[in-house]
Amino acid sequence: MKKNLNINVHHLTRVEGHGNIVVNMRDGVLETAHLNIVEPPRFFEAMLKGRKFTEAAIITSRICGICSLGHQITSLKATEAALGLEVSEQTVLLRKLLIMGATIQSNVLHAYFLAAPDFLNATSVFPLIATHKDVVVRALRMKRLANEIGELIAGRAVHPITPVPGGFTQIPSSHELSALREKLINEGLPDAIATVETMQSLASTIPQFHRPTEYISLKNDTDYAFYDGEICSSDVGNTAVENYLGITNEFVVTHSTSKHAKHNRGAYMVGALARWNNNQSQLTDQAKSAARSMGLTPDCHNPYMITIAQVVEIIHCIEESIRIIECLTDLGLKQERPNQTPTRFGRGISATEVPRGILFHDYTYDVQGRIIAANCVIPTGQNLANIDADMQKLVPEIVEKTEPEIVHALEMLVRAYDPCISCSVHILDVEFNHG
Amino acid sequence: MKPKVAFFDFTGCEGCQLNKLNFENELLDILAHVDIVEFREVMDERADSYDIAFVEGGISSPACVERIHDIRRRSKILVAMGACAVNGGINALKNRQPIDAVREAVYGEDKYLFATLPAMPISAVVKVDLEVRGCPMSQPDFLKLFKALVFGKQPPKYDYAVCVECKLNENECLFNTGQVCLGPISRGGCEAICPGFGQFCTGCRGFVEDMNEAAMLKILTDHGVSRDEARKQMTLFNATEVSV
Repeated sequence: MKKNLNINVHHLTRVEGHGNIVVNMRDGVLETAHLNIVEPPRFFEAMLKGRKFTEAAIITSRICGICSLGHQITSLKATEAALGLEVSEQTVLLRKLLIMGATIQSNVLHAYFLAAPDFLNATSVFPLIATHKDVVVRALRMKRLANEIGELIAGRAVHPITPVPGGFTQIPSSHELSALREKLINEGLPDAIATVETMQSLASTIPQFHRPTEYISLKNDTDYAFYDGEICSSDVGNTAVENYLGITNEFVVTHSTSKHAKHNRGAYMVGALARWNNNQSQLTDQAKSAARSMGLTPDCHNPYMITIAQVVEIIHCIEESIRIIECLTDLGLKQERPNQTPTRFGRGISATEVPRGILFHDYTYDVQGRIIAANCVIPTGQNLANIDADMQKLVPEIVEKTEPEIVHALEMLVRAYDPCISCSVHILDVEFNHG
Repeated sequence: MKPKVAFFDFTGCEGCQLNKLNFENELLDILAHVDIVEFREVMDERADSYDIAFVEGGISSPACVERIHDIRRRSKILVAMGACAVNGGINALKNRQPIDAVREAVYGEDKYLFATLPAMPISAVVKVDLEVRGCPMSQPDFLKLFKALVFGKQPPKYDYAVCVECKLNENECLFNTGQVCLGPISRGGCEAICPGFGQFCTGCRGFVEDMNEAAMLKILTDHGVSRDEARKQMTLFNATEVSV
């Protein structure tokens, strides 16, 4: 059958930001299969120009409410690299704990509130309150606990307060940290294990679709990399973070206010599944066995499994949070003044694994500590070309289905990536002229 | 009949919307008092009219202008939520730069591919009935307004400086610790959360009605900040409110 399709999903729901799915097929030939990004650009570069190093992270955390902790910490690392500011072991541990909290909260939000309704044929989480109340209550409890990590250490989970260049303006007490540890052990971990059981029961509804691509994430020798490491490509191996522009190769496409990226192939994937494919051996044992129980295999090429990889990471991040708190306790908490005395002025580049994948911030400062050039490369922007490539392979494979079924499969595919569209268009690279 | 409530996002970070999902302990109670009929970030459904429309984010493109008119037409009460929606917030910083050059640097020869406008608050385009300030909007503040709306009461107004709440909380003044802070002119209602955590106030809830800009500049310059730096600091969340 020579099929004609004309799909336009305007303002896709249950994703962060504004995107449209556009698919055109004429006489069985696929002409277009795109995720159109229609979010208005915000031009963060113009906001950063001339701003002092103490303001950079306050501004860039506003790129995205969901990812504000990740932006803030990546921004601080880039500023510190540019200005030669050393930070203490305690600061690094507290930041790692914040990244764990942000990852748990974001992965829970996506798995339960944005993706799960698809598996249960619901249009949102709200009708599930009547049919699956215990599951919804558990999801809310897990989100609360994850946000408590952010609130305790950063003062606020959305647009954090205490993390500043060189350290923290205030730290929690050891008593508060040990109470958090108890809660992670007694409430967080059992809830995460229950989440795995819920997902096992839904795993059979996950579409079978496979398209190998290049997987890019951070990688290091010591842990399942979130806070630091080198850039790892599943195709070509490791690259230093300073050479990130050779990885991201951003380019403008007419159907997206966010730029696309490509490296060794026409597209690459970042995020939980890329981290799983590159770093799975460094997960905790419990996270590994959760992966097995949900059917997540090594070298998984099914993008619908991103949600499952996120659930695996929830287990890992809770266990890792417990471990980090124990390290902090062993170290003995100290009130430290943030180190804000620059030893140099120049360019600093940083990378962090935030929930949706590898995030780069790159600033150049003048001798007064003011920004003269800025560039941020966002995970969702890096995934866009890969999403388009997936849609182009998927549509011909499911062309015999009805149009509503095809639309549903495409919406689920885009949602699986947990795209953060606000992020992806809100900052784009630019060099400012001096003066 | 429960009021029909909808949430919309314009140009912004969606952090204010996320903050509502962060009412984990209160969410089920909130849902008992209203019907959420549209909320694109978390649900598929759409509706034709709304008793209360909460709008996050600012206006920054012709498409935004059209969409907010449509929402206003179908809403009984429209609430602007968060700094971007209330006074332009951090988005408005771009208005103080030559935007054409920035567009060109970002998109190159495709600079006119995507239509953009100066960043504006919602009230620059349509009538706004009520507001929840802050970046992000404060959760207790939102709950107070929400309860007032549902029970037909007058929501609270804040027109006093952050310093007032800071003093009530017995925080040490940040000017005494070597920092500079916009507390003296910034609108309270946030419980002085940032100074409470040892971080300077950025004025994210806007300035008080009768703020003394000259006196604030003098305080900042007396503490070693250049006039240029001081003005920049004041524009961070208030590019539309600072005259200098």
